[in-house]
Amino acid sequence: MDKTLNNKAWFLVLPVLVLVAFSAVLPLMTVVNYAFNDTFGQNKFFWAGLDWFEEMVTSDRLHQALGRQILFSAIILAIEVPLGIFIALNMPKKGFFASFCLILMALPLLIPFNVVGTIWQIFGRVDIGLLGHTLAAIGIDYNYTNDPIDAWITVIIMDVWHWTSLVALLAYAGLQSIPQAYYQAARIDQANRWSVFRYIELPKMKGVLLIAILLRFMDSFMIYTEPFVVTGGGPGNSTTFLSIDLAKMATGQFDLGPAAAFSLMYFLVILLISWVFFTVMTNLDREENH
Amino acid sequence: MSQITLSKLAHSYIASPKSEADYALKEMDHVWQDGGAYALLGSSGCGKTTLLNIISGLVLPSRGRVLFGDTDVTDADTAARNIAQVFQFPVVYDTMSVRDNLSFPLRNRGMDPAYIGARVNQIARMIGMEDILNRKAQGLTADAKQKISLGRGMVREDVNAILFDEPLTVIDPHMKWELRTQLKQLHREFGHTMIYVTHDQTEALTFADKVVVMYDGRVVQMGPPEELFETPAHTFVGYFIGSPGMNLFDAEIKGSEARLGGVLVPLGAAYGPTAGRTQIGIRPEYVLLGDEGLPVTVERVEDVGRHRIVRAELQGQPLNAILSDGMALPTDACVSFAPGKINVYADDWRVAGGGI
Repeated sequence: MDKTLNNKAWFLVLPVLVLVAFSAVLPLMTVVNYAFNDTFGQNKFFWAGLDWFEEMVTSDRLHQALGRQILFSAIILAIEVPLGIFIALNMPKKGFFASFCLILMALPLLIPFNVVGTIWQIFGRVDIGLLGHTLAAIGIDYNYTNDPIDAWITVIIMDVWHWTSLVALLAYAGLQSIPQAYYQAARIDQANRWSVFRYIELPKMKGVLLIAILLRFMDSFMIYTEPFVVTGGGPGNSTTFLSIDLAKMATGQFDLGPAAAFSLMYFLVILLISWVFFTVMTNLDREENH
Repeated sequence: MSQITLSKLAHSYIASPKSEADYALKEMDHVWQDGGAYALLGSSGCGKTTLLNIISGLVLPSRGRVLFGDTDVTDADTAARNIAQVFQFPVVYDTMSVRDNLSFPLRNRGMDPAYIGARVNQIARMIGMEDILNRKAQGLTADAKQKISLGRGMVREDVNAILFDEPLTVIDPHMKWELRTQLKQLHREFGHTMIYVTHDQTEALTFADKVVVMYDGRVVQMGPPEELFETPAHTFVGYFIGSPGMNLFDAEIKGSEARLGGVLVPLGAAYGPTAGRTQIGIRPEYVLLGDEGLPVTVERVEDVGRHRIVRAELQGQPLNAILSDGMALPTDACVSFAPGKINVYADDWRVAGGGI
């Protein structure tokens, strides 16, 4: 049977198109516009070609920020993923305490980013903060405003405190979905605790763990608010991660051209890595359903 | 290998059971002989899996003891009992190769690698998986995965018993028959005590020397297949074993006769006074159709290949009879019961008769 062709139906899509255009595409085009042009104000633009991109790619400042960013993401992934799995393995599986732990674990996730920053900013202060003051009192020289190492430690512990729950909850969901028969079979086969983890729990958690790693990677690679509130990127530039650097460049120094080129590349890097993750995950799914 | 004794064993999944109904397994005393091939038969939810899990140590019983030989193993864990168990649904270690899956229980026990290699090859030959020993277990069909599970169950030679919990549910019928034959052969070869849980009577009767029928958390009968067929100890056994199951009629027992509605049936043995609901049971195979005897109303005849099943009504109660090939169904059909093949039940339990 022939279907009636009615091109007017396209009008039904129009509201969404308009909405997406104004919320995403047009603002992004502004960035693209700035990235390829130079301006001296008064809305006059001069074509700059790839100059900004060249400048950014060869910029030491960007290389250093990227290095710090990669180091930061690597450290928090290396801590949060194993720690999250460890917590999930030790959480009660049923009963009152299971619900209790779930709520407890979910709490940090519910706190707004800038509040998390503020909490740790105050918590770590040597004069009035519980953590900073206590450390000072027992003779540990800790000051996140002066010492880059202390600043890094503070920012990392803050992120671990804020986000390990996400990994733990996802891992917990993965663990809960393992049929009891697997554990019984392992007992029959006289497997030890490590083997149970290595051959049953870890493979069955693989899917959710990849999602956890993807989410934590993306979020940590874009991290802005929390370290900005705690250290403002300092001392010096020691905790200036990519997005903090970008914001400094764009709204602090008003270097809109380089900042635009920078954010486009930043966007592409995250897109690329997410795509790699997505491909790996779908391949794994296909392998499992084979 | 050893004899398994269940002594005053009972289990409830409720923390503080109050009535008998709270028990998934009612108190039982049974001995499973060393080297026996047992089939544990019963409908879903009657406690078969619970009993199996108690024997293997996966479940700790609420009351009673489990003994392997003379050793009390009630509190021993699964590893200490050294027992193999195959589950209803395939359990394979996805990331391991088929070979590693099969050798896993042996490696966990720290066996000699040379021995492990030889033994795994032997088992692989048995389950027909020699060609794919190096493949990853992930992505194999459910059939193949279950064969790996079976192989893992059989790979240890020194186990006290091998328990099978409806292992062939996911296997296709042709393979089912083949694997069952192999299990039986394995039993003959190594003489392990084997307990095979199923709800399929054909499977039970072909596999086992002794069939154990469970009903409502109780072992109602334990015996060779013929005994279950001829003298079912409980109406459930009569109903569950045989196709179709035993005919049961509400009847009044008086000495060596049963009053069935308006007619009298000779029982072939004498019975004392019985209490509760009394029934007589007769296998469809022992219902003789002919021109004489008790008049029945034939409702329909089903041809099942080897023979025909006559569905009829006797004194208002349903009756099944087997009509063997070549026999014609008489027009005004009457039935008589083969003498000595009638069982009498009081409140579902069989009552033994005495001589007349």
